[in-house]
Amino acid sequence: MTFPQFASKLEEPLVTFRTTCLQVNMGKLCNQACKHCHVDAGPKRTEIMTRETVNHVLDAVDFLKPSIVDLTGGAPEMNEHFRFLVSELRRRNVDEIIDRCNLTILLEPGYEWLADFLAEQRVNVTASLPFYMEENVDRQRGKGVFSKSIEALHLLNSKGFGSDLPLNLVYNPQGAYMAPDQQELETIYKRYLQEHFHIVFNNLYTITNMPIARFKHYLELSGNYNRYMNKLVSRFNPGTLDSLMCRSLISVGWDGLLYDCDFNQMMDTPVETEERPHIADIRNIQMAGRPIVIGDHCYGCTAGSGSSCGGALDSEEEAVAV
Amino acid sequence: MTHYYDSDDLERFGEIGKHRKDLADKFFAYYGAVMEKGALSKREKSLIALAVAHAIQCPYCIDSYAQSCLEAGSSMDEITEAIHVAGAMKAGACLVHGIQAQNSVDKVMM
Repeated sequence: MTFPQFASKLEEPLVTFRTTCLQVNMGKLCNQACKHCHVDAGPKRTEIMTRETVNHVLDAVDFLKPSIVDLTGGAPEMNEHFRFLVSELRRRNVDEIIDRCNLTILLEPGYEWLADFLAEQRVNVTASLPFYMEENVDRQRGKGVFSKSIEALHLLNSKGFGSDLPLNLVYNPQGAYMAPDQQELETIYKRYLQEHFHIVFNNLYTITNMPIARFKHYLELSGNYNRYMNKLVSRFNPGTLDSLMCRSLISVGWDGLLYDCDFNQMMDTPVETEERPHIADIRNIQMAGRPIVIGDHCYGCTAGSGSSCGGALDSEEEAVAV
Repeated sequence: MTHYYDSDDLERFGEIGKHRKDLADKFFAYYGAVMEKGALSKREKSLIALAVAHAIQCPYCIDSYAQSCLEAGSSMDEITEAIHVAGAMKAGACLVHGIQAQNSVDKVMM
């Protein structure tokens, strides 16, 4: 199929603003292997951040002073240096430490310490729960994942998450379609989870599945790629451009390489510099005003209400079209 | 023409304005306004539209509004219930006409 290159949609080049968020991929190791995962993470992956790279991350935090450090993976908690990194970030008074948690890791043998640790460190737990019903969640994330997720949410609630401590949930579509209105779905999630399971949480973030890696493979195999891309392209919303996460975030790969976003990381298109940019060289990299590396997957973050690791970007409402 | 329905035609709907564009423009403006969030949410409107799509058995509309329902956050239980509402209405509308048949029979029977 042919569709206009993302660059043709921009009136001026996308450049970075001030970096307020350092996103760190601690490795591709995960206890789950979800169908939509753009990281292709799973239990057999061996790419994992070393202590040396973690130290470089801390050095970068001292230099950049980001208000948010966003830990992702795989399951970031499976990295043996997770506790060290989080404790050091808390010692440095980083405003917000986010743990992108798949929930089921909290119940894995050997991770009994995790819930208490996250509470002690006042970590913002941002957890994947792609729908509020079992059938949808298990279809995407594997049989039994929903009931384990509910158990993990009960555990988190018992430690104060969702009331005294931040607990946010992340919805993503279970296939080749766009995410619902974030606010409306949050109301539905809250009502359903409270009524059926007595679970509380703070915010719901709706995100778009990016047409890359495992999800792109699914789109192609299922014959949905063209339709999905058409949908993203036709819903391009310039109102999202100023709020894109790549404007204010820098993404660190498990091996320390730097990217404009998590998706560029998975596509191996690093920050534009003469040499492959590494976290150890953070002081030599232009942070504000740097051109952002773009590609057709950027349609994913700019379609409709937009999408980011913090959910929708613009409250644009669209009419449904036949 | 080898077949009557082609899913790709759904995306060509706008081409109905190739002739008498003024009428098409009026229709699409009206359609867009109706489907915008109002007293009813987009989610509720999508479920209503899906039920109607089944009642009128329009394959384009069924495809489109099944997707819209997902994109509005509806569960499969809700989608299925909406279709049952359409089915029940169709069945009810059929059966209630049975009274007309009874009336007709009664009128000529001694």
